[in-house]
Amino acid sequence: STSSPSSPNSKPIEKILVANRGEIACRIMRTAKRLGIRTVAVYSDADKDSLHVKFADEAVRIGQPPARLSYLNASSIIEAANRTGAQAIHPGYGFLSENAEFAELCENEGLTFIGPPSSAIRDMGDKSASKKIMGAAGVPLVPGYHGREQDIDLMKSEADKIGYPILIKPTHGGGGKGMRIVQGPDEFMDSFLGAKREAAASFGVDKILLEKYITRPRHIEVQRDCSLQRRHQKIIEEALAPNVIDDFRSHVGQAAVSAAKAVDYYNAGTVEFIVDTVSGKFYFMEMNTRLQVEHPVTEMVVGQDLVEWQIRVANGEPLPMSQSQVPLSGHAFEARIYAENVPKGFLPATGVLHHYHPVPVSPTVRVETGVEQGDTVSMHYDPMIAKLVAWGENRSSALIKLKDCLSKFQVAGLPTNINFLQKLADHWAFVDGKVETHLIENFKDDLFADSCSSELAKETYDTARLGASLVAACVCKAEHSALREGSSGGYFSPSMWYAYPPFRVHHNATCALELEWDNEYDSTQPMPLKLSVTYLPDGKYLIQTGDSGSSALEVSVADLGNHIFEIEVNGLRTKVSIAVYSNEKTEYIHIWNGAQHHHFRRRLGLELSDDDDSQQKPSFEKASLPAGTVVAPMAGLLARVLLKNGTKAKEGQPVLVLEAMKMEH
Amino acid sequence: SASSNSWLRPISFSQRSNFCSGVLPDGVDRSSEAFSNNSKVMQGLLSQLQSHISKVLEGGGEEAVKRNRSRNKLLPRERINRLIDPGSSFLELSQLAGHELYEDSLPSAGIITGIGPVHARLCMFVANDPTVKGGTYYPITVKKHLRAQEIAAQCRLPCIYLVDSGGAFLPKQACVFPDRDNFGRIFYNESIMSAEGIPQIALVLGSCTAGGAYIPAMADESVMVKGNGTIFLAGPPLVKAATGEVVSAEDLGGATVHCKTSGVSDYFAQDEIHALAIGRNIVKNLHMAGKQGTINQMQSSPLKYEEPLYDVQELRSIAPTDLRQSFDIRAIIARIVDGSEFDEFKKLYGTTLVTGFARIYGQPVGILGNNGILFNESALKGTHFIELCTQRNIPLIFLQNITGFMVGSRSEANGIAKSGAKMVMAVSCAKVPKITVVVGGSFGAGNYAMCGRAFSPNFMFFWPNARISVMGGAQAAGVLSQIEKSNRKKQGIEWSAEEEEAFKAKVVEAYEREGSPYYSTARLWDDGIIDPADTRRVLGLCLAASTANRAAEDTKSLLEVIVESHGGKGDLLQMVVIAGKGAEGGSNSFVIGYLQVVPSWLVSFEVMNHVLFKIEIIWEVIVPAPLVTGDSWDKLILESEVPVVVEFYASWCGPCRMVHRIIDEIATEFAGKVKCFVLDADHDLPVAENYDIKAVPVVLLFKNGEKRDSIVGTMPKEFYVAAIDKLLKS
Repeated sequence: STSSPSSPNSKPIEKILVANRGEIACRIMRTAKRLGIRTVAVYSDADKDSLHVKFADEAVRIGQPPARLSYLNASSIIEAANRTGAQAIHPGYGFLSENAEFAELCENEGLTFIGPPSSAIRDMGDKSASKKIMGAAGVPLVPGYHGREQDIDLMKSEADKIGYPILIKPTHGGGGKGMRIVQGPDEFMDSFLGAKREAAASFGVDKILLEKYITRPRHIEVQRDCSLQRRHQKIIEEALAPNVIDDFRSHVGQAAVSAAKAVDYYNAGTVEFIVDTVSGKFYFMEMNTRLQVEHPVTEMVVGQDLVEWQIRVANGEPLPMSQSQVPLSGHAFEARIYAENVPKGFLPATGVLHHYHPVPVSPTVRVETGVEQGDTVSMHYDPMIAKLVAWGENRSSALIKLKDCLSKFQVAGLPTNINFLQKLADHWAFVDGKVETHLIENFKDDLFADSCSSELAKETYDTARLGASLVAACVCKAEHSALREGSSGGYFSPSMWYAYPPFRVHHNATCALELEWDNEYDSTQPMPLKLSVTYLPDGKYLIQTGDSGSSALEVSVADLGNHIFEIEVNGLRTKVSIAVYSNEKTEYIHIWNGAQHHHFRRRLGLELSDDDDSQQKPSFEKASLPAGTVVAPMAGLLARVLLKNGTKAKEGQPVLVLEAMKMEH
Repeated sequence: SASSNSWLRPISFSQRSNFCSGVLPDGVDRSSEAFSNNSKVMQGLLSQLQSHISKVLEGGGEEAVKRNRSRNKLLPRERINRLIDPGSSFLELSQLAGHELYEDSLPSAGIITGIGPVHARLCMFVANDPTVKGGTYYPITVKKHLRAQEIAAQCRLPCIYLVDSGGAFLPKQACVFPDRDNFGRIFYNESIMSAEGIPQIALVLGSCTAGGAYIPAMADESVMVKGNGTIFLAGPPLVKAATGEVVSAEDLGGATVHCKTSGVSDYFAQDEIHALAIGRNIVKNLHMAGKQGTINQMQSSPLKYEEPLYDVQELRSIAPTDLRQSFDIRAIIARIVDGSEFDEFKKLYGTTLVTGFARIYGQPVGILGNNGILFNESALKGTHFIELCTQRNIPLIFLQNITGFMVGSRSEANGIAKSGAKMVMAVSCAKVPKITVVVGGSFGAGNYAMCGRAFSPNFMFFWPNARISVMGGAQAAGVLSQIEKSNRKKQGIEWSAEEEEAFKAKVVEAYEREGSPYYSTARLWDDGIIDPADTRRVLGLCLAASTANRAAEDTKSLLEVIVESHGGKGDLLQMVVIAGKGAEGGSNSFVIGYLQVVPSWLVSFEVMNHVLFKIEIIWEVIVPAPLVTGDSWDKLILESEVPVVVEFYASWCGPCRMVHRIIDEIATEFAGKVKCFVLDADHDLPVAENYDIKAVPVVLLFKNGEKRDSIVGTMPKEFYVAAIDKLLKS
């Protein structure tokens, strides 16, 4: 980050409007509150009960759920600032953060835009223009086409010139939206048009640039490594970048300063370089003229609050310290926890956070989140649930902490990438710091396939079965405590009918439990697990799985409250967490046991349908639909139908385009 | 040596405030030979019992169980497990019914019965075991089914029938079909209980053929499982024989037919699990009318109780298997009652019968236990105690270890026959829950006086060491041999000593066999053999089952309640409730206040058949308020002889027919206690004239057929209180 206070305000900022939502809005407000600055949130109808709204001192409704009607609606936001008397607007990241017109509008309205000058945003935001400026300033560039001329045929011939694989990118925006990799000339047209459309939808500008696609790249942002990506979005970032020698770091740093100077930059920004791991060369990629999503990793290693710096710079104050004074201490990781369906190609997921227990924060662990238990992750915005940041003295101690935190980060109600992040953090290539942008792609066999070897599959099944056994014991325990509690007030008094263990004449009471194991990596079919629980006279549970009456487990359980149970099996004591939620037909039970997280379903059987025509247990998604219906894998908007009625479709030919979570599918 | 320093134990606050708490001493000498002998013998008896039990728990055997599973059917106990509240207790009855009774083995008589809570409401379960002879009814199966219904009727427990039966076992039809307490009685009971407002619910999980078809058909609500459940008067083979029609079981009487077309069944279940879930839901939706019928509903605060001071396991070592040896029944009582506290009644009189008050899981009980033969005094003492408990509405526990009444000239001269008769009469007439546990011998008229099976105890159990017969085997042998001897003498036949011994031995052997608890329980002379160590648990469960629904009735007898109601604002009704105790109670009637009632409550009156349930509600939500009444009401209280009066306004916003019905019910309920009803009908003459209440004379009040503007009473509350007081005394 460089600083160049340009328009010193007569009065320092006392009230900030945060033109964003979710975790970043909360994060900015937290610093503002610490500095005694009042905060204003803006919200769309979808967010009226969101955490950032509750967290702010004031909140203003700015429109309907679609971002272009709310968080991208510059005039509503300016109006909200004027209404509430906020002197400054912090745009966060995404949305209007890199919109030069918005920054200009703020300047014209007499509001402080907490970010760089609009000219710098414009220069850096247009990736073609920025490359030219950078080229002129002597910053190294990846071969590519950054021309104004956007004729499709010309672009195609430029692409052919550069040579495949080629990366298609919108000139505006970031975050991987609208990006396409083209492996050969015949794919070019479709990808090009798709990228244009997505760019138009997300950023309002459909200009495209072409770049040579570096097949073994590493993504370095000054001070951190952001190589671990899926769908061109980062999922684990770290600072300092591993396996980077100081000399290289200072070279990159020099290039970054040159880049910023070339556009008269001030306030926070990030210069991104791509490193060809084969040649060791680095090229300017782009400059993000905003606070980065992953800024916490930088903050953790330098021990500074970048949002505070941003506000100070916006107030016209000098930077609190010079580059040489910036301490670099230890190592930090940030893992982004998304609501997404990993085995289905990381498809974004929507749903309710029925159970949400992030790890407790500490000086070395940060959780940046914008949601609470009970909130809904909707289709309108980014499905990120939280950023988990862990710091350690060095990379390996930070990694140990990250893994521990991931295993304790409890989310139930929608699919998440937590398990995947755990595997990633556990993978030897990652542990060795062999990070490169295609690591996930290269090791996908290790990361995705659970059942690649029967031995592994069996092990996975066994741990799931153990999980189910513990679930059974905890469920019985919880049911019993519920009976007791339910009986202490209201309808009836506790009575010996609910004494523990339940009484039977001359035998032990048993309870059958049918669970279905949801294997995250084998989504073909939930695996049924039949459990039989015997209530032993000493209060323990004897749990048998399967009909075979295989090895029985003697478990004693203590309910510690707050979903936590203490379990003892053969003298081994552990604590597990259980989350239970249900819809009208099914109960979902999650268990976190050490690094293991399993979830099970239990049929409630309360479905009072009298319809005998539906066959046995129809999958409820398709049950009510006529034959031949295609069910979308997720909720979204139908962007374009590519084929007309009656057209014969070839196998693999796209039929329609669905837009969801601001991505086309 | 064995008595522990019981006075040193920490005492609770309540005990401290109670100077003469009757804490029983330990009463057991653990070092004695008798103790170890008894315990050894009991261990043997229990392991024998356990081996019988584990056999019946397997149902009809491996093959039948497998077949059952292949049809996606659960075993009856598993079905019950899924119906009762998760993690709750289930009191199974007569597990060994049918034990060695027929040439075929008939585990648990092919039917599982017992009590368990569903949504906190205790229910009686009657579940056919399809793995035992296809769930068909042997004579003992019928008897067990009827016994379950009898308990349900006595304790007012909703009945849940899990039907999966082929109907009567045809080869034994003569002992199954025709008699009063045979198959037909099942349906009779169902009808009567339903009419009495005891819910009857049938889950059809298998076949219900012929007579069996009436079980679901007569139930209040029934559920059928697709595929497995069938109901028809005649199955496909019989239909073919009778009419030539060829039809599948499913098409003839499957769930689809009966839920969609015939309407015989009310709920369609996709599978058995679904059916059981529906069953739970039905119970949940049973009208609860406040807290009526739920467990321990009378205790508004959580029940606190102490466990006995002494180890309940020691109950296994107290009762001697040699019934000639005596032991102090107090040692057993000390291991059954809360805190081992037993306040003995008439301790020094008639000492062979121990009587006293105690609590079991907080429930007050009166206990009668034998400490030897019944003498004149003991019988009189027993009579006194039973009457006392009846008057106070305290359930009675009989701990039987009785060889009989004292015989001999002195005893007869003292009028033992009459004294015994008094006790038997008191036992018969005691309208409180009675539970009998035979902990030793149960012989002769002692069985009667101590509430044997013929005296309809709500529950009756045997310990494994118990014996039952008209007299002891040796005594019977003595009597019979004397008669035989004199017969032979008349005929001039010589009877050698060996012959006599053989004769006697044969009699003793028969008595030994027939007096065994297995012989008894197989024939349903009891509700099961229990482990002595389980006695307290079982008694607690039985007491809860017997008292849960009874409590409401007791309240009723105390309250002579009466309701004035009239149209309120909008859809609300207001009621004035006057409650008072009967004459023998001696307390004054008083005005409680008035209550707003929403119309949905009216519906509840009709559903429950018992208008008094609403009194329960009134106690809860009553709002103290100035008295509201009309001047006709004032007059009536002053002039009428009736201590209690019901006044209804005919223009009540509820449907008139329902008003009639409610009045009728109140009238029936209070016939004998209430001399007449007053109906204030001034709003609607024609409706009032149509009242047709026969149970009680009805006085109709009119005010010139004119509508009154106000019905607000003119007198202060004290006026009415005094007026009612006067009436009660007159």
